[in-house]
Amino acid sequence: MIELEGLTKRYGEKVAVNNLTFTVRPGIVTGFLGPNGAGKSTTMRMMLGLDRPTAGDVRIDGRHYDRLKDPLKYIGALLDAKAVHGGRSAFSHLLCLAQSNGIPRKRVHEVLDTVGLTAVARKKAKGFSLGMGQRLGIAAALLGDPRILMFDEPVNGLDPEGIHWIRTLMKSLAGQGRTVFVSSHLMSEMALTADHLVVIGQGRLLADTSMADFIARNSRSYVRIRTPQPERLLDVLHEAGITAVEAGGGAFEVDGEKPERIGELAAQQQVVLHELSPQQASLEEAFMRLTAGSVEYHAHSGAPAGPQWGNDWKKG
Amino acid sequence: MSTPQTPMPPAAPGTPYSGYTSPIPVVRTHLGHALASEWTKIKSVRSTMWTLGVFLALVIGIGLLTGSVVGGSASEGELGSESALALGFFGLLLGSICIITLGVLTTAAEYGTGMIRTTMTACPSRGRVLTAKALVFFALAFISTLVSSSLVAVAQVGMVDAREPSGGEWLKATVGVSLYLALLGLLSLVVGSIIRHSAGAITIMIGAVLAPLVIALFMFSASLEDLRNFLLEYSIPNQLSVFYANSLSESGPSGWDPLWIMLGVTAVAFAGAYALLERRDV
Ligand SMILES: Nc1ncnc2c1ncn2[C@@H]1O[C@H](COP(=O)(O)OP(=O)(O)OP(=O)(O)O)[C@@H](O)[C@H]1O
Ligand SMILES: [Mg+2]
Repeated sequence: MIELEGLTKRYGEKVAVNNLTFTVRPGIVTGFLGPNGAGKSTTMRMMLGLDRPTAGDVRIDGRHYDRLKDPLKYIGALLDAKAVHGGRSAFSHLLCLAQSNGIPRKRVHEVLDTVGLTAVARKKAKGFSLGMGQRLGIAAALLGDPRILMFDEPVNGLDPEGIHWIRTLMKSLAGQGRTVFVSSHLMSEMALTADHLVVIGQGRLLADTSMADFIARNSRSYVRIRTPQPERLLDVLHEAGITAVEAGGGAFEVDGEKPERIGELAAQQQVVLHELSPQQASLEEAFMRLTAGSVEYHAHSGAPAGPQWGNDWKKG
Repeated sequence: MSTPQTPMPPAAPGTPYSGYTSPIPVVRTHLGHALASEWTKIKSVRSTMWTLGVFLALVIGIGLLTGSVVGGSASEGELGSESALALGFFGLLLGSICIITLGVLTTAAEYGTGMIRTTMTACPSRGRVLTAKALVFFALAFISTLVSSSLVAVAQVGMVDAREPSGGEWLKATVGVSLYLALLGLLSLVVGSIIRHSAGAITIMIGAVLAPLVIALFMFSASLEDLRNFLLEYSIPNQLSVFYANSLSESGPSGWDPLWIMLGVTAVAFAGAYALLERRDV
């Protein structure tokens, strides 16, 4: 169990994590979601005692991380799979970690086997592919057979088979009663693995809810309508007591109404429809709506702009 | 949906937390574990083999070369009143660059690769990590220097026809220089931990070895005479030569003084690095 209380981290002027309070419980997979720069990695570093909080507190089973006498048996963490000395072999890398916690050498062979790296155990880590590096990071996290596991974007750069493997692994770890805390910026990925959801944006807590709850609330179904006679349509719907919301691109959305009823109404009043389609909002959209106000780095949608000086250049 | 749940009240110490229990026995970790870990680390990277290999080649190669050149020259009493031990100086001076490099890499390389986060997660006691690194490195540097300098000393005394060195001179030319060089390497390790950047820390340390001597050489003005002498006498190459009793000048450090000076500087730097390590984010 991990308990955060008023956790805050400031880097100069920048508030990376802002007064976070939540609890990560054992026996389930807790997804930690947020857009880029939301403060997920910073929060995880503070949980591990790597970054000192500006304010607030993190407790691991009631204790501070640096009070743990055998930390690797408490928490196994994968923060950054590239954080390995490239000149060291996978085996030596794991061995030095095991030794620092008095973990027997045969456990190194076990975890290498679990992640499927036995064949390359004596190879230098710098020759590893992205997926192999990720597996080595996971082997290090599993080394102490810990009660708590923490993964920062574990599926980054993995192929579908690797993603499936991690998903199964996390579920089985939680199934054994361990606490599993995993960050991601993909809602769809979390929907498949996580039982509980913590969402942050710009360092602030936006949601702390069970996955089932989140899905129930956010899988909104609605009807999408397009028409060349928007005023007529709105009048007709209004008279029938139906509210339509403009959704951009000349389309309207109606919540909680059957498309049949809207089609019949339009036919009776002779309104031309170009589109009448039932829609289901994806969880990804729900996530984007939730974090819309707190996305740090926006990309401009649409085609990339040409060089500004293009026209002048042509004239000259 | 965005109603954060009320936090669980912090549990009283000793409350059993439910969850998974591992069959791996729990051990209270101590410095011994950190030492074993650092020993595995230092011997499992090629940069250690390279720096120590070049070091041994320089010290032994240059030592045997100067020994045979001086020993081969016909005129007796070539070295005046000096013993042959003094010839060991050149190899060690060049070799010190290798020791500096290895020292810096022991700490700074982990920051370059990001390995330091993994290390500090496995051992959250940051002081213990620094202490373990310091001890393992110091032992390795001391033994390497002791073995090579003793070998060279025996060879040179055998090859060159000069005054027999006294017991005290033997001790200084072997154990003394080895302690001094290992401390210089330890200072580099500490600087690496403070700077957290390999190339930067190596540059600083090599600068610290060479700069005072080079600057002093070009201080011609008479009004700078005192400063010039100070820089010459306390420059690291001159301190090293004090162990062979052939200092550039009569004043300045003598006997075992260089060792105490280096010990003091390293202790202060170590304390600073320790304090910084506790304060900074990893
Ligand atoms: N050491 C640091 N110094 C200064 N600013 C930092 C530091 N670490 C993180 N930040 C800032 O804090 C904010 C949160 O960063 P963090 O890496 O925790 O986000 P994240 O949620 O992990 O993002 P991503 O999904 O891209 O990994 C960012 O704006 C980042 O620029
Ligand atoms: Mg991150």
